[in-house]
Amino acid sequence: MLRKFRIVAAAMCFVLITLLFLDFTGTLHAWFGWLAKIQFLPAILALNVGVVLVLVALTLLCGRIYCSVICPLGVMQDIFSYFAGKRKKNRFSYSPAKHWLRYGVLAIFIATLAAGFGAIALLVAPYSAFGRIAHNLLAPLWGWGNNLLAWVAERIDSYAFYSTEVWIGSWATFAVAVATLIVVGYLAWRSGRTYCNTICPVGTVLGFLSRFSLLKPVIDTEKCIDCKRCARNCKASCIDVENHTIDYSRCVVCFDCIDNCSKGAISYTLRCKGTTKSTDAKCNADAPADNSRKNFLIGTALLATSAVKAQEMKVDGGYATIIDKEAPNRKQPLTPPGSWSARNMAAHCTGCQLCVTVCPTDVLRPSAELSTFMQPTMSYERGYCRPECNKCSEVCPTGAIKPISLAEKSSIRIGHAVWKQKNCIVITDDVDCGNCERHCPSSAITMVPMDENNPRSRKIPTINKHRCIGCGACENLCPARPFSAIYVKGFSEHRTL
Amino acid sequence: MEKKRYNNIGRGEFLARLGAGSALTVAALAGCKPSTAKFDPYAVDDEDVPTDKMEYRTNPRTGDKVSILGYGCMRWPMRKGDDGRDELDQEKINELVDYAIAHGVNYFDTSPVYCQGKSEQVTGIALSRHARDKFLIATKMSNFSNYSRENSILMYNRSFEMLQVDTIDYYLLHNIGSDIRSFEARFIDNGILDFLIEERAKGKIRNLGWSFHGSKEVFDHILAYHDKVHWDFIQIQMNYSDWHNARGRNVNAEYLYAELEKRNIPVVIMEPLLGGRLSNVPNHISARLQQQEPERSVASWAFRFVGSYPMVLTALSGMTYEEHLQDNIRTYAPFEPLSEEDKKFLFETAELMLQYPTIPCNDCKYCMPCPYGLDIPAILLHYNKCVNEGNLSRSSQDENFRKARRAFLVGYDRAVEKERQADRCVGCKQCNEHCPQRIDIPRQLRRIDKYIEDLKQGREF
Repeated sequence: MLRKFRIVAAAMCFVLITLLFLDFTGTLHAWFGWLAKIQFLPAILALNVGVVLVLVALTLLCGRIYCSVICPLGVMQDIFSYFAGKRKKNRFSYSPAKHWLRYGVLAIFIATLAAGFGAIALLVAPYSAFGRIAHNLLAPLWGWGNNLLAWVAERIDSYAFYSTEVWIGSWATFAVAVATLIVVGYLAWRSGRTYCNTICPVGTVLGFLSRFSLLKPVIDTEKCIDCKRCARNCKASCIDVENHTIDYSRCVVCFDCIDNCSKGAISYTLRCKGTTKSTDAKCNADAPADNSRKNFLIGTALLATSAVKAQEMKVDGGYATIIDKEAPNRKQPLTPPGSWSARNMAAHCTGCQLCVTVCPTDVLRPSAELSTFMQPTMSYERGYCRPECNKCSEVCPTGAIKPISLAEKSSIRIGHAVWKQKNCIVITDDVDCGNCERHCPSSAITMVPMDENNPRSRKIPTINKHRCIGCGACENLCPARPFSAIYVKGFSEHRTL
Repeated sequence: MEKKRYNNIGRGEFLARLGAGSALTVAALAGCKPSTAKFDPYAVDDEDVPTDKMEYRTNPRTGDKVSILGYGCMRWPMRKGDDGRDELDQEKINELVDYAIAHGVNYFDTSPVYCQGKSEQVTGIALSRHARDKFLIATKMSNFSNYSRENSILMYNRSFEMLQVDTIDYYLLHNIGSDIRSFEARFIDNGILDFLIEERAKGKIRNLGWSFHGSKEVFDHILAYHDKVHWDFIQIQMNYSDWHNARGRNVNAEYLYAELEKRNIPVVIMEPLLGGRLSNVPNHISARLQQQEPERSVASWAFRFVGSYPMVLTALSGMTYEEHLQDNIRTYAPFEPLSEEDKKFLFETAELMLQYPTIPCNDCKYCMPCPYGLDIPAILLHYNKCVNEGNLSRSSQDENFRKARRAFLVGYDRAVEKERQADRCVGCKQCNEHCPQRIDIPRQLRRIDKYIEDLKQGREF
């Protein structure tokens, strides 16, 4: 009964969280966005004391329910393990805890976070690891499925589906997601919850707490016939039948053993034991952003857009070639409005890719730089930060991007535009333009005659830096290719108008 | 006068005209009202498209029997090539040409610049499979970008090669009329008009004429050359919408036609359907037309209109699909001219259409390629489609605003690649001089872009 309840709850959480990473329209977040916000590490990074206390209390009361129900990476491992179990029954056996490994990894994790290499530490963080897998591996499938429906809809004159661009923002992050899936999947396939009980920092912290939990599965030595069926089916390998003990630091309270025991020797009961003391998990990193910008991997992938050969003579029809835009090398990377500073972003972001998933214009993509690896960064080759959108700030579970209203957003300056004369088509093609001025949402650009003495000379843009919010409309819509003639320089600390 | 008005016939007769006796029984049993019946122009497919009833007009000078339906070779079907790019579908084009000739169409109109410069070649290939006396070929001197004598003659000679013919039946000075200076630069100063007159004397060109888009003054000026040059035919934009209400830089067709009739010059009609704008119309316009003639297509009205003028030699239609071809053949084989009353009805319809703020783009693609990559006709056509379908909101308070907004925005991304949309227009105005309809393209694109921004940002308007 308990087991069935656990499975249903876990399945619901898992499906909904996965959908959060698939739903590019961002509508699901209004309903189930909280599922991301109750994740342990994001809640700690967001300094969300309420959620952390509830999770700690839940663990002290019931054990690691979090690991078997709420954590999507945990449930994903159960799915792998379930299918492996179909092939080979009774495949587990008790093994002693590897304390040195667990606490060692946790110590390194905290140390790395504190030292400002959060991006590296977060490779093993469970929620964001799952996010990267879902965003990089499942979201493209979802997108293609949607595009197929959109294709059908278009042919029956329906506007129910619109097509979306499937785009891998960073191949480096994609590679990390694949590697994570392979490692975690392999471990789960072979030996159940090994990852959770040796590597996962959240598992270690909660495991430490669950040793003192109020409710636990307990073996009744009177009834137990030492058949080891429970141990052979324990994915955490934590049931020591010989001594009739269970390692509660590793037990994820899946209730499999209770259902497996034909003698009813295991029960989930109240057993007060020792003192329960609240432990404060010190994962709060206020890591200073490391500004040594070393490209870890240049992984920005651009899907080839159609290129059409130039015409030889003026004939009717056809398209001019569009050269894809290239990202300029921004000394100070752009972070989205609501993140307030590069430091805040580096300190709070777990790199889960939720913001990247919902960004409708492909402005956000995972960073390929070492110090901010997998954390979102902005660039404007594919679109710009639209005035009617604040989705990333709505979905962020960690407080790396804090919630802001559209009105607030329109006054947050994340950077400012700079004009590059040598690229501007007014100079290079000798034509009128002014597309930057026309599309500037904060009227920060004014076109002025190149020759101050000749009001009829071609006009070039001037920028009032104090009015510019850095949204990138000018950069994105600039006709100069592959490098725009106007681009946005980021601020390390955001300002307001 | 024979009345064919739905208002004037009994219900039984009406249903009988719908065709099937069984339908009558079913409808009668179901108590179905005739006014709710749906009219589908292609529902009469069981009826063969006639092969021997085409209307022909005689060219008074050469005696040519010209089919009133002319094939415009500007809109040939495309397909995806092996390299993923669009290319002309030669196989399909051959089929269309075969079908047209088999059903009596014999006038084919092309130009060196159509279809990205490929039209003459593919048309030539398709026609070379037929006997030379089965078709009349028309092509043009399209020396827009480089009008040196040398280049123009090169273009002229190339047409023979591409079309695989020794004589060109109808040769036109392409798209003149915007201003006298450019006409003189293209044809007078370089001696090209004299050259073409000589070629006509040699029999290489059988009929010499010109196609016109522009102002009345220039029309009169060039028409005045008639005494000297002797124009064999002239091609004008004529349809029931342009008769009284020509838009942009076009002159009312009523005036143009009258001037040509006065001089007894045969008239070739282009844009009888305004690039489809007289066929793809708002619902109540199509209902209004079909109410009059339930079995005829909306497009048929436009073709019958131009055919009803006796000086019209042929009406060009750029038929991309076989269905277009079949529909037009049915209209003209046999041909039934409009009565004065019918014409009046069409002029009233044109007035009603004018209330719809469509942009007069006929999708001729002369503006393309835009140097900054925009897909200008696709943007304008999407806008017109939304206007006609009632998806252009006048106010954000409109009752169907949400639905219209979604249709506009989702449809926009479907119709036009993101990087080729209106927000990319730099306003260089290089397109404007190419537009035969004199649309101020950058201005229109800016207007559309602003509308889209209003929709996207949820502004009140």
